[in-house]
Amino acid sequence: MATDNLIEITDVNFAYDRLPILTGINMAIPRGKVVAIMGISGSGKTTLLRLIGGVMKPGQGQVKVDGRLVNELGQDDIFKMRRRMGMLFQFGALFTDLSVFDNVAFQMREHTHLPERMIRDLVMMKLHAVGLRGAHRLMPSELSGGMARRVALARAIALDPMLIMYDEPFTGLDPISLGVIRNLIRRLNDALGATSIVVTHDVEETLELVDYVYYVSDGKIVAHGTPEDMRAATDPLVHQFMHGEADGPVPFQYPSANYAKDLKLEAHNA
Amino acid sequence: MLDLWVGLFVCAGIGALLVLALKVGNMSGFSAADTYQLYANFDNIGGLKPRAPVKSAGVVVGRVAEITFNNDRFTARVALRIEKNFKFPTDTTASILTSGLLGEQYVGLEGGGDDKTLAPGDTLKLTQSAVVLEKLISQFLYSKAAEGDSKK
Amino acid sequence: MPERAAISVRRIGHVTVEGVLRLGYAARFIALTLLHSGTSFRRLRLVIRELYFTGVLSLIIIVVSGLFVGMVLGFQGFQTLQTYGSESALGVLVALSLVRELGPVVSALLFASRAGSAMTAEIGLMKATEQLSAMEMMAVDPIARVVAPRFWAGVISMPLLAAMFSAMGVFGGYLVGVVLIGVDEGSFWSQMQNAVDFREDIVNGVIKSFVFGIAVTSIALFEGYDAPPTAEGVSGATTRTVVTSSLAILGLDFILTSFMFRGA
Repeated sequence: MATDNLIEITDVNFAYDRLPILTGINMAIPRGKVVAIMGISGSGKTTLLRLIGGVMKPGQGQVKVDGRLVNELGQDDIFKMRRRMGMLFQFGALFTDLSVFDNVAFQMREHTHLPERMIRDLVMMKLHAVGLRGAHRLMPSELSGGMARRVALARAIALDPMLIMYDEPFTGLDPISLGVIRNLIRRLNDALGATSIVVTHDVEETLELVDYVYYVSDGKIVAHGTPEDMRAATDPLVHQFMHGEADGPVPFQYPSANYAKDLKLEAHNA
Repeated sequence: MLDLWVGLFVCAGIGALLVLALKVGNMSGFSAADTYQLYANFDNIGGLKPRAPVKSAGVVVGRVAEITFNNDRFTARVALRIEKNFKFPTDTTASILTSGLLGEQYVGLEGGGDDKTLAPGDTLKLTQSAVVLEKLISQFLYSKAAEGDSKK
Repeated sequence: MPERAAISVRRIGHVTVEGVLRLGYAARFIALTLLHSGTSFRRLRLVIRELYFTGVLSLIIIVVSGLFVGMVLGFQGFQTLQTYGSESALGVLVALSLVRELGPVVSALLFASRAGSAMTAEIGLMKATEQLSAMEMMAVDPIARVVAPRFWAGVISMPLLAAMFSAMGVFGGYLVGVVLIGVDEGSFWSQMQNAVDFREDIVNGVIKSFVFGIAVTSIALFEGYDAPPTAEGVSGATTRTVVTSSLAILGLDFILTSFMFRGA
């Protein structure tokens, strides 16, 4: 039964060592769309990716990917599901002992029995799609941050996945590399007919790129909508995030004692 | 290239093991197939241990296999494992000797003159027990005392 | 004062319980490694690659150390034996010391410092840079692909390295005793061959180095896999590997020696 939504998350709670990370999460990710999950650091965004990938299981609730309940799958089925997913980690996470070529070829060699000639063609095509075909002989230590991330992207799409997940893809990149990655996310998504989830806290780049946004704060979904909706939101919490205000519902000052007390003014006065 | 080094490494390791086994150790131990067993009863085995050598004319012809206690006769029953191609006559003597002055003890076999040879599983009839230092000293003292007496 | 004592006791209890929990976690990890070793046997390339990094690259330090230890044994042994007039037993002293004890133990300690810490650092770093998570997301079991080949490489290398250490040591003793000092070559080797028994001494030494290999490799791999994914975490784990391995080697040596050389 093919539904419109590739991913459906229903009433999910997740806690780590009794510390609640996510509460009452309800999300639907339609097929073919690029969806952003935004929030400040520590709001639980990366945990959502892990739940979708089956790396962690929710304490309560359901995670459905392509009609199948991920939280109830056995290890073998989870592995099969992951072969149809690609993930781009924050700093690339390329295998440092393998060359660029071998990194991209990794999944093909592990999961398929394709002959080396075919693998070579496929790897070259993937590298060409991210613009790094000429770098195939280099080692990860010889790449710049932006290049490493592009190679990791080529690696993530090696088996033409149905779902591509990005964990903070814009962190620490120069404006040109930012533009490149943003461009690639959209182009690859449409070219492969895949669905993409971008976890980020980079507002400007993301709002121009995605079709839908979920804003997570303190483990709950506080707001969701199209980029225009989010930009126009009046809720103070959402507004502060979207417009980068220094002070608001998320306070500037870390919780502390009375200022006068800290400066020992009271004792002085007394 | 990697394979070459790993191959050399494994060869070197096995080579070292072989060197240790052959040149450093004495791997010329007897395998059970080429030996047969004989038995000997002693009143006192002294410091004899299993795997001690069995020598005849100073040459190692076998090893001590097992030492057990015969509760009926209060003697020690020693099982000897002898190399197959060495045959001993039935009146062979087995003695427990010491190599050097304070070395380890071994079983010495002295051939007799009998025509018949010992078959596997036979027991040697003539044995000489180990020299126990205390008995030797008391013997010496006693004989010295007797000498002194007779002189008087 | 009693309150502080109570806190200390609670601390000790806490640390002990944590330690036992960690031991259990480590045991489960090793069991998983063994269970997932199928890939290591089917894809020998992985094991061979790790054999290069653990075994071949440790060769130099093992061989050189073995030579030096043997030479020192030659000098010291000669000094002591000379007082009893038994210089000709130098070969026996050098060979037995090496084959029974120094070979397995010292080479295991060196292996722990060189290869063990390297393994811990490598795996810890892979964890910190999310390479292990990436592998998991690509549906490749990191234990089967990364941990198990290193385990078997370590277990295979250790006895080989110990044998090479002992052999070089005997050679070193020969160099000092016979060539340098002038002990009689014939009695050096013949007395040695008489005293060193294959089953009792050499095989026991090999068994020891096998056990040490399993212990050191397991500790190194576990510390790396369990390290906190930060720079301090990895460096702490590397230190812990060397310390824990060394203690384990010496403790196991005592236990094994008391079993093996009891009534000899």
